[in-house]
Amino acid sequence: MIRLEGIWRTYSVGGRDLHALAEIDEHIETGEHVAIMGPSGSGKSTLLNIIGCLDRPTRGSYVLDGREVGKLDEEELALVRRETIGYVFQAYHLVPRLDATGNVELPLTIASVPRAERKQRVAAALAAVDLSDRATHRPNAMSGGERQRVAIARATIMQPGVLLADEPTGNLDRNSGQQVLELLDQLNKEGLTLVVVTHDAEVARRADRVILLEDGKVARRMPGAALTNLTEALRGVSAEGHET
Amino acid sequence: MNAPDVLALSGSALWRQKRRTLLSLLGVSIGVAAVLLLTSLGEGARLYVRGQFETLGTNLLAVLPGKTETTGSMPGFVAGVPNDLTLADAEALRRGMPAARHVAPVALGNETVSRGERSRQVLVAGSTAEFQPIRSIEMRTGSFLPELPWDRGAPVTVLGSKLADELFDGEQPIGQVVRIGSWRMKVIGVLKEQGMHLGIDMDEAVFVPVTTAMRMFNRSSLFRVVFTIGARADIDAAQKRCTEILVARHGEEDFTLITQDSVMDALSSILTMLTVALGGIAAISLAVAGLGIMNVMLVSVSERIEEIGLLKAVGAGRAQILSLFLAEAVMLSLLGGLIGLGLGFGLIKLARVIFPVFPATAPPWATVAAVTVSVIVGVFFGVLPARRASRLDPVAALQRREA
Repeated sequence: MIRLEGIWRTYSVGGRDLHALAEIDEHIETGEHVAIMGPSGSGKSTLLNIIGCLDRPTRGSYVLDGREVGKLDEEELALVRRETIGYVFQAYHLVPRLDATGNVELPLTIASVPRAERKQRVAAALAAVDLSDRATHRPNAMSGGERQRVAIARATIMQPGVLLADEPTGNLDRNSGQQVLELLDQLNKEGLTLVVVTHDAEVARRADRVILLEDGKVARRMPGAALTNLTEALRGVSAEGHET
Repeated sequence: MNAPDVLALSGSALWRQKRRTLLSLLGVSIGVAAVLLLTSLGEGARLYVRGQFETLGTNLLAVLPGKTETTGSMPGFVAGVPNDLTLADAEALRRGMPAARHVAPVALGNETVSRGERSRQVLVAGSTAEFQPIRSIEMRTGSFLPELPWDRGAPVTVLGSKLADELFDGEQPIGQVVRIGSWRMKVIGVLKEQGMHLGIDMDEAVFVPVTTAMRMFNRSSLFRVVFTIGARADIDAAQKRCTEILVARHGEEDFTLITQDSVMDALSSILTMLTVALGGIAAISLAVAGLGIMNVMLVSVSERIEEIGLLKAVGAGRAQILSLFLAEAVMLSLLGGLIGLGLGFGLIKLARVIFPVFPATAPPWATVAAVTVSVIVGVFFGVLPARRASRLDPVAALQRREA
């Protein structure tokens, strides 16, 4: 379970404090599928990075699976990321010189999993994303959709409890995007907590719950099914005032 | 992450940038090869000098009048002679030292040698017949100094080869007369070309019986007494015996004993210093190669910022990133070092083909040091880029920013 309380993320720019996130309180249940939406600059990615332990809140408390992780040092955070968090990026971030197998294997290598076990797990993960026949292909020999599926295999290879996706379909055509979203849905159904940052209402609608961010604050929360589009959802905010 | 994984990941990064890797390897290998080549030239010089000494005849012992503290210096120049080293001393040594195979007194001076119009200022060495085997002197024609009682002079002389050529200009010198100072001497032999022997140009010297020389220069003291010892193992005992005899005669130790070994050791240590200095100079190129590695690694870190961010995102800690990039630098330097070894040994072989007399040999310490230093260079110059990589902020790195 993810429990954010009074989270601030402040950057100092030219001597002035800039609040990327201000006073975020949010609970995300285990197995929940949450979408974070908002206009650019609203703090979506910052929030995701904090949830993903890539970044630390300036203030506030972040409890992940019962453990306060907001104040951990860099090495401890690396360990949390390794064990409990899977990350999928818009730009895939595959290592160009490694083939699909090598890329999916990376987290296992970093975690010092024995070689034989690695090979087995990677093969299974590639099969799960339907890319067994691409195992020895380098990223530049694969389509965008395939690359993102390799990235998903890499994100899930350590069997994390939380899968974070930052605009996972942002670089994909409709078809491949659909495939990726279905894959993510399926992983969520298998019990993985899924948090997706998107500006695409169609992606967000798949979520159990949508969190709308504006200017670093939660502007609105709504069930995914109730979302029409971002502009309208935000217009609703100005009509109703800020919900909490 | 275990070591084979680190090597595989770093290795694949190097493989990916073949040209850059190759150039860095080349830099290090040239540095290592230079260290090997230069030290092998220094070592070759040492071996060459040692070889020269050994052709002089081993087991050589020399007694000089006067006491010097520095036994290792070039022999001969001692300020202030408290007691003469006389012919009688030499005689006593010959009689008192059964271990000595040959004993020869040597007196030295400068004098003008002339024949007709031609004259030369030359080194005149007074000695005895036994000087010939001690210095392995070979004759071109005639014979060396005759066997005489030491205290008897004779108006005979043996000429160095070059001097003979100059004075006689193709004529047969044997039996002819030359003037040495005011002395008329009959030429009985001409030396083969000998070259320099310990600073004396044998080709431009003349030899006369020792007593003749001492009278010629009006000296009571010998320049030195040289002798060869039958077996190398007896040298220490011979040195001791020699000291006993002379101290008994002089009442004090007012002479200096020089063994060939001590001279050789002194020269050897000088040449070893030279070798080390040459190695040091060559090591500069190794340091430059290290800067090359650092540059390549810095570029590599900048180019792979995204990859570093990703590695961090999937849970790599600072130490792991550091070890990955450090491994790359060390692989470059170690591999470059090994290639340099091959290159260096190849060049040394070539040098030996071109200069067969000169025994260019890489000293073992230089071989070990060159490779060790190249690895140290890799670590030293790899640390900065690797640290930079390990300290990147993951969020910024994923966005290809270094901040």
